[in-house]
Amino acid sequence: MFEKFFPYLLAGVSVGGQYALIAVGYTMVYGILRLINFAHGDIFTAAGFFMVYIAATMPLYIAVPLVIILTVLLGFTVERVAYKPLRTAPRMSIMISAIGVSYLLQNLMWYITGGLAKQYPVLPWIGDTITLGNTSTKVVTIVTPILTIALVVALVMLIQRTKIGMAMRAVSKDFETAQLMGIKINSVISTTFIIGSFLAAVGSMLYFSNYATVTPTIGAMPGLKAFVAAVFGGIGSVPGAVIGAFIIGIAENIIKALGYTTFSDAFTFALLIVILLVKPTGLFGEKISEKV
Amino acid sequence: MKKSTKNFINLVLLALLFVAVWLIERFAGASSMLVTVLKKGAIYAVIAVSMNLLNGFTGLFSLGQAGFMLVGAYTYAVLTIPVAKRVAVYQMYAGGAIHFQLPWIVGILLAGVMAALLAALIGLPVLRLKSDYLAIATLGFAEIIRAIIQYEKLGPITNGSLLLKTYPTFSSVLFPFAAATICIGIIVLLINSTYGRAFKAIRDDEIAAEAMGINLFRHKQMAFVISSFFAGVGGALLAMYQGTLQANAFKSAMTYEILLIVVIGGMGSVTGSVLASFLFITASEWWLRFLDSEQFIGSFQVPLLRSGFRMVVFSIVIMVVVLFFRKGIMGDREFDIEGIAKWCHRRFGKGGAKA
Repeated sequence: MFEKFFPYLLAGVSVGGQYALIAVGYTMVYGILRLINFAHGDIFTAAGFFMVYIAATMPLYIAVPLVIILTVLLGFTVERVAYKPLRTAPRMSIMISAIGVSYLLQNLMWYITGGLAKQYPVLPWIGDTITLGNTSTKVVTIVTPILTIALVVALVMLIQRTKIGMAMRAVSKDFETAQLMGIKINSVISTTFIIGSFLAAVGSMLYFSNYATVTPTIGAMPGLKAFVAAVFGGIGSVPGAVIGAFIIGIAENIIKALGYTTFSDAFTFALLIVILLVKPTGLFGEKISEKV
Repeated sequence: MKKSTKNFINLVLLALLFVAVWLIERFAGASSMLVTVLKKGAIYAVIAVSMNLLNGFTGLFSLGQAGFMLVGAYTYAVLTIPVAKRVAVYQMYAGGAIHFQLPWIVGILLAGVMAALLAALIGLPVLRLKSDYLAIATLGFAEIIRAIIQYEKLGPITNGSLLLKTYPTFSSVLFPFAAATICIGIIVLLINSTYGRAFKAIRDDEIAAEAMGINLFRHKQMAFVISSFFAGVGGALLAMYQGTLQANAFKSAMTYEILLIVVIGGMGSVTGSVLASFLFITASEWWLRFLDSEQFIGSFQVPLLRSGFRMVVFSIVIMVVVLFFRKGIMGDREFDIEGIAKWCHRRFGKGGAKA
């Protein structure tokens, strides 16, 4: 029994870690802007393509930081161009803009790659195969959860202990009052997008080391799942998002192990609906009362 | 202008439209690009207007449209494939589980009914959610529906992830136009009724609407079910247009496309959605086609032009609309003869700006 499920469990923890890195980006943006950043999954995909093209011409020690910088720049630009002008617009408009950006990024990536799946470069060490018990797996599977937790702990420290973290918490609590207190909300929002994109870039390196090919729409599904994870954990809460992501990653792989692969995606959404109905604030979310 | 005169003029215009479309088909040829675009545009108009009823008029941000279209399309196709051809279609499933064929009109109606029933079921939990949670939950349901339809155990009914084909289709462009006219006509009547006014009240201020005695849940449910009915009918029409059907095409990207049509046309404008549908389809299928192939001016190759560039240009245009022309083509106004008359009068009339 254990022998049969162990590889799936391992894959689940690994995928969960990758979802977690994406989910943090969703939850932070939602916490501050109350916006589902539909383009986040596509930024994740773009990070994959950056690596494909950059690693083809440059050594890895340049490629890895360059990919991260480009992804961060992309996230920053998307916020400045597509979300900032709509700061005072109704929430629906920003969400539509996010969908528009997602559409644009997907089409752009399709155009650049010609719609073909690209082979992701094998990163040294984390792409190696190791054997655990009877299961052979890639090093990345083991590295992912550890790296994820390390990054998230660092992020939580940043949010709790630093000045910019305090500003973020203030902005997510009350947008307008924070502004009146002299917090530069635009730079806080930009920082949020930069952190989110950075984590998405790291996540994409881990994810694609596992899956090996990148296509223009590949990020949509992990993106949506990461969002579900963020809702599950309580939107706005970073540790919640991480725990939600691990639970979804593991549950999804157990469903695959049981032979219902078709429904592994459907499960995630079913979970979302159940959570929204039973406990809309998620596991660790704060209760927000609606004002007239 | 009196209401009866206005109705009369509208009817005359509609009749003229049909004559024009008929003439186009007659003289441009049934397989010309113009006719193809008109067919698909009319079908998208139904779907876009049905989405607008929900998003633009009731203020429910739902992203489940592709799921309901999928249900409609499959209901239609599964029930109308001729019995003799089922063996060929359901090759993997020994001819399938259904051994009867319904007439196409029943198929289309049932497509709508199935989508509506499903919406009533999904609406029970989902409609209690607000704005973006509703969006993501409906999006999730659409994905679940797609997963279920592709489930191989349901293969005898849905043919799994394989193609459905040989169901009845249409050839004349007049058919989708007639269907679209009926569907959109019904939606317009609904919007102008007391129910429609209640929908708009809910959109503008939920709490105020409730205080005025509008039963929120019942009206939301109603808008959701009706919108899904027409999405289902639209899905069936789309299946007829395509000739073959596969669940994989009905991804969330399709919902996004329809949402963008609604936004371009203007949230809360029926005529806007119709215009935007034709514009969107014409631009993406026809006018911008040249961007997808390499072009030469003399021996100079125009840079950037190759497969996929069309969609890039297209999505940039959409982003510009979303960011800078947030109201879309029509805003929440409607395109009618009176408005044009007034506009002409203002523009060219004697009094200039006085009118």
